[in-house]
Amino acid sequence: MPEINPSGSETLLTRANSAGISRRRFLGYTGAAAAVVIGVSSCDKDDDNPPSNGIDLGSGDIGVLNYAYALEQLEAAFYIKVLQSPYTGGTVAEMALMADIRDHEIAHREFFKNVLAGNAIQALTPDFSTIDFTSRTSVLATAKAFEDTGVSAYNGAGKLLTNAAYLTVAGKIVSVEARHAAWIRDIISNGTFADSTAVDAQGLDLVATPPQVLVIANTYLTTKISGSNLPTS
Amino acid sequence: MNIKNIISEIEKVDPEVYGRLDTRRHAMKEFAGLAGKLALLSVPVALGGMFKKAYAGNNRVQTLFDVLNFALTLEYLEAKFYQLGNAAATAGTLAIPAGAPRMAIQTIGAHETAHVNFLKSAITSSGGTPVAEPVFDFSAGNGTGTGPFAGVFTNYPLFLAVAQTFEDTGVRAYKGQAADPDLMANNDVLQYALRIHSVEARHAAHIRLMRKANGGLVPAGVDVKPWITGKQSGIASTAVQASYDGEEVTNQAGVEIVNINSQAISANAASEAFDEPLTKAQVLAIVDPFIV
Repeated sequence: MPEINPSGSETLLTRANSAGISRRRFLGYTGAAAAVVIGVSSCDKDDDNPPSNGIDLGSGDIGVLNYAYALEQLEAAFYIKVLQSPYTGGTVAEMALMADIRDHEIAHREFFKNVLAGNAIQALTPDFSTIDFTSRTSVLATAKAFEDTGVSAYNGAGKLLTNAAYLTVAGKIVSVEARHAAWIRDIISNGTFADSTAVDAQGLDLVATPPQVLVIANTYLTTKISGSNLPTS
Repeated sequence: MNIKNIISEIEKVDPEVYGRLDTRRHAMKEFAGLAGKLALLSVPVALGGMFKKAYAGNNRVQTLFDVLNFALTLEYLEAKFYQLGNAAATAGTLAIPAGAPRMAIQTIGAHETAHVNFLKSAITSSGGTPVAEPVFDFSAGNGTGTGPFAGVFTNYPLFLAVAQTFEDTGVRAYKGQAADPDLMANNDVLQYALRIHSVEARHAAHIRLMRKANGGLVPAGVDVKPWITGKQSGIASTAVQASYDGEEVTNQAGVEIVNINSQAISANAASEAFDEPLTKAQVLAIVDPFIV
């Protein structure tokens, strides 16, 4: 995933929403490029979050924690399925580390669920219909995408948190996601743990805003989620 | 008036006074002892210079520079380590296997050098002064060259063991600074720090895979995975243990992770699922033997 362009359409969209500019007028002057992302992020506050826009993650730190909780739900569900119906060609050692990752993601998911308690979003229903779980290539490519996206999401969400304890816990998790990403990349192709598709010329890892990540996440969800009330800075 | 007393008095209200004055805490403690014997006339001059440097503009910006200079010191350590390792491999004195292992060490080394340059530039462009690169003793012998890792640039398994320790420590060090109030108050810098932090974790995972592939883990039969299990390093030397102590915790923010909500989560998995931070003082104690 490329580094976020601060003047990209997602940021413009968010600004437009918070400034109270109508969706119609916004679309009128930003054109087709913004329309691509409007489907997941157009839930502006004037709409009062109708169900068609998806489950609202909420605002403030709670919203950011729900954002992490949603991503961990997705990752955990994916690896549970990988272990339930293993692909062909995975060695015993490889599947043992896959089981480790599954357990880590379940631990993250349940941790957020308990921390959020009454503020937690509902259990999400994944849609993995695009993944061929019998194919090692398909599973590993998806795992790589999930892990890299997870790293970029946490790296982008850190600054949105105001509570230092939450930021520290997010930091404890993101480095484990980065370890997962490195291993998955290496078993796809040894030496790609931190290649130029993950780390830029300045030695910096991936980063993404919630709107960018939610576009990807929602393609794997039957029940869509909306981050329109999440903080943006 | 006695400088030793002054510094110990300051330490009561500012536990990191030695860290502010110099990253080499033990050296500063020795200096404090020595200064007590110096003529009173010469002391205020030396003291004034040190304190001006340590506390100049003691506000949020200055303490943010302190965090960045702390990170820079660690990146200097890593960058120099890989520079020397790659040079030794090229010279044929360090047997990093050709192919994937050589390329991985080169990739990681290039990232650490990029981090040094990035942090120096970030500090300079914000009006701060980057700390100078220390002189390192990679034997961890405080300049004697005869520390527990003597031979690190001629012994490939030892080189990998030290690399693993540096990377895992780097991850913990950045994590320990993330919630620094001055870093949290600066979104841009925080995000850059997080983006370096996860790169260090990618490095750590790969070095761990290289160690497993190379064999010779200690104690016999131990497994080293891309993630940290308990507080196990798989390294023979007790000199690395401070970099792993505390990684074994299974309780996060008051939430017990083992078998959480009736899920079958073992203590090993619970410890692996969360990397743990180290304080600046803990990290400085760990790297102290490497700094001359």
